[in-house]
Amino acid sequence: MYEYTAGKADWGSFGLPLEGRADSSTRVGSVTRTDVPTCRPDELVSAVAERVGDEWEISVVTNERGVVAGVLDRAAIRSGEQILVEEAMSLGPRTIRPSARKGKIEQRMRDQNLAHLLVTRSDGTLVGVLRRDDL
Amino acid sequence: MRSAWRNLGTPARNEGEGMPTPIDRDELQRLRREENAHLVEVLPAEDFEDEHLPGAINIPLKTLDRRSTASLEPSRPVIVYCYHYQ
Repeated sequence: MYEYTAGKADWGSFGLPLEGRADSSTRVGSVTRTDVPTCRPDELVSAVAERVGDEWEISVVTNERGVVAGVLDRAAIRSGEQILVEEAMSLGPRTIRPSARKGKIEQRMRDQNLAHLLVTRSDGTLVGVLRRDDL
Repeated sequence: MRSAWRNLGTPARNEGEGMPTPIDRDELQRLRREENAHLVEVLPAEDFEDEHLPGAINIPLKTLDRRSTASLEPSRPVIVYCYHYQ
């Protein structure tokens, strides 16, 4: 006997098909912004600041495999400093899965006053970002 | 979940202590494709009805006994899963 230990959440987070009555529009994945700017830890903050448009207040720091390493927040981006991203980024950002239910997450974001949450797959790779304003 | 299955003496094709062998997505798909493995979701019926992996059947953990697993063919591998590993 075998056990698929990562389970249904893992399957769904990789975009593999699921069957059933659930409406996918009720899931976080339906409103996740996949066009969030990203950067690498070894880039200069000043270079990231130049390419992040006004629409975004963060840049997600990922490694070469797309795994989330941290977040460069608004203050760091606006500083435009000549330092490496890895020196300015925030570590351990909060993440959720694309299969999470929107209603539940919206309540959590309000309760904890969170403007955004990163959406990742079970292997830590980035899917995008969920902004409270998009809910 | 593991102890429940072990206590049943359900079809354990892998060696060892009768504990399920952990597998990933790729191995699940291979076992389904090449060995026609049974796929069993052990979450409650409501969760299963909401969404489940294609081809899965539902045997909620609370109903797990020799009777509820009687439909599983001993000659085929069995893959169990829930929402995520706990």
